[in-house]
Amino acid sequence: MPRYVARRLGQAFLVVAGVVVLTFVVTRLLPGDPAVAFAGPKATPQQLAEARARFGLDDPLPVQLWNYVRDLLTGDWGTSLRTRRPVLSDLYLAFPASLELVGSALLLAVLAGIPAGVLAARHRTRLPDFGVRVGGMLAVSVPVFWLALALQTVFAGNLDWFPVAGEYDTALDTTSPLTLWTNITLVDALITGNWPILTSTLRHLVLPAIVVAAYPTGVIAQMTRAALIEEAGQDHIRLERALGFGETSILVRFALRPALNPLLSLIALVFAYAIVNGFLVEAVFNWPGLGRYAVDAISYSDVPAIAGVALLVALVYVLANLVVDLLQGVVDPRARQR
Amino acid sequence: MTVLPLSRPVRRPGRVDRLAMLGGALIVLVALSAVLAPWLAPYEENTPDPLHSLDPPSGAHWFGTDLAGRDVLTQILYGGRTSLTIVVAVLTVSSVIGVTLGVVAGYAGGPVRDVIMRITDVFLAFPALLLSLALAVVLGPSVTTAIVAIAATWWPWYARLAASVAASVATRPYVDAARCLGVPAPLVVLRHVLPNSLTPVLVQVSLDAGGVILTAAALSYLGLGAREPVAEWGLMVQQGQTYFTTNWWVVTFPGLAILVTAFAFNLLGEGLRAALDPRRVIK
Repeated sequence: MPRYVARRLGQAFLVVAGVVVLTFVVTRLLPGDPAVAFAGPKATPQQLAEARARFGLDDPLPVQLWNYVRDLLTGDWGTSLRTRRPVLSDLYLAFPASLELVGSALLLAVLAGIPAGVLAARHRTRLPDFGVRVGGMLAVSVPVFWLALALQTVFAGNLDWFPVAGEYDTALDTTSPLTLWTNITLVDALITGNWPILTSTLRHLVLPAIVVAAYPTGVIAQMTRAALIEEAGQDHIRLERALGFGETSILVRFALRPALNPLLSLIALVFAYAIVNGFLVEAVFNWPGLGRYAVDAISYSDVPAIAGVALLVALVYVLANLVVDLLQGVVDPRARQR
Repeated sequence: MTVLPLSRPVRRPGRVDRLAMLGGALIVLVALSAVLAPWLAPYEENTPDPLHSLDPPSGAHWFGTDLAGRDVLTQILYGGRTSLTIVVAVLTVSSVIGVTLGVVAGYAGGPVRDVIMRITDVFLAFPALLLSLALAVVLGPSVTTAIVAIAATWWPWYARLAASVAASVATRPYVDAARCLGVPAPLVVLRHVLPNSLTPVLVQVSLDAGGVILTAAALSYLGLGAREPVAEWGLMVQQGQTYFTTNWWVVTFPGLAILVTAFAFNLLGEGLRAALDPRRVIK
């Protein structure tokens, strides 16, 4: 086990190093001289030269890479050209909101997807199975930005059941200000017992969370169904059936458990995908997360901000995979062999 | 309780089910309507008609018109050409790169495999949409940019898949035999390992077409893919979203086009995988 952990950590470190180099290369490729952007259009040649020296743009590339890595490690992720604040502190504010959205969506996806998969497997080849297969396929095929616009227009615009956009009613900031602990609004409101903000956030969360949950729900339902059907051919199922367990309880109590392990790694994969998918949803619903930050950065060609978001998402991806692999190593000794 | 619904063998190997056939039929339909767009479309591509701005669906304009007065049905038919071009280009480029690197990695093994696999890990960790964003900023938004950007994030999946298949093919007796006869390594790879590693990759390619459609549409929606005057479904949604509440057709129909096409590719890919994967046929 220690060797497995060491090897896995080593791999993760290499991937992170690679991602940093890739980010560096991509940002150097980007057009637009950061010195010009910083010094402004009316800068004199001397001011420009100062700015270039300040950003180290005259140094050889390996030196620039080294400086870049050193800055990253010391918490200097550059300054956003749009907000004029350090990128890292922008990310620190935006990331919790994304986590809140994607976390709720994944919870929703697990709660809906696994029962749907069980239902389909239980009634294999009959109507519920057909419904879950088609529904799951539709859920993974729907363009998220379009679904977001459609739900927003119908349920927020026309029917007025839910708020159109935002994370919570900002008027509440004056009547019942929120004390920040984790920066995740839901959690903070819950800890501090701030009910007005809690209910407002939940109401704002419903539509975007459903949209982000669509893809994971479809994937989880399909995967659960396939795993259960495969497991149902195993000998132990016949024994449990002989012992008199009902079909549904066989599926839930005995066939589901072996399927949970691959499901866990699937969720890690889907998590990273959902964060990026959430970008489009955040843009539509004006959710103050990483996605809106990144989309706003695009229109400003805000390179440090885009690079920061890319780096953060890549780190989250690597970390999620690492955690899942280590968990699987604990649960399933065979996984350590790979 | 006499039925044993779970252990009943449902599908014979090699048989594609009805949903997959539906998917196939839909793809043929989409492909035909894209290829035949110049003959099928009721109007000329990109002909603004200010007198008919935002007309609701009618006999003259089945899917209504957009802000510029262009016929939405016509734009959707031409948009299908853009989407299908992107899909074909992305899948060709990324599978060629991925299979080449993957087969080399799988056959060579050892440090070569390790290096190639770590590179794919890096590209997999880098979020596809964000790499596309960065590239679109570098190259300027266009259909070509979208193709390059999506292909750049798509090939690692094929490299990994091809590597694992090629590694198992490389241990087969016929590969050993070829090697013993003195066939040079490149020829062994080309003639024996490559052809026998292709099937799983091709199945994955057909499964991925839907994902490429969605990613391309998302890029165009963000203004990073196709631009005017190219007709593209994601772009149509983006241009229409401001008038969605009052003029539902400008967003609804292009979105449905994306949904139906991605749905069709996913159904077909899933059916192909089920038909070719012996594990899915219940013992």
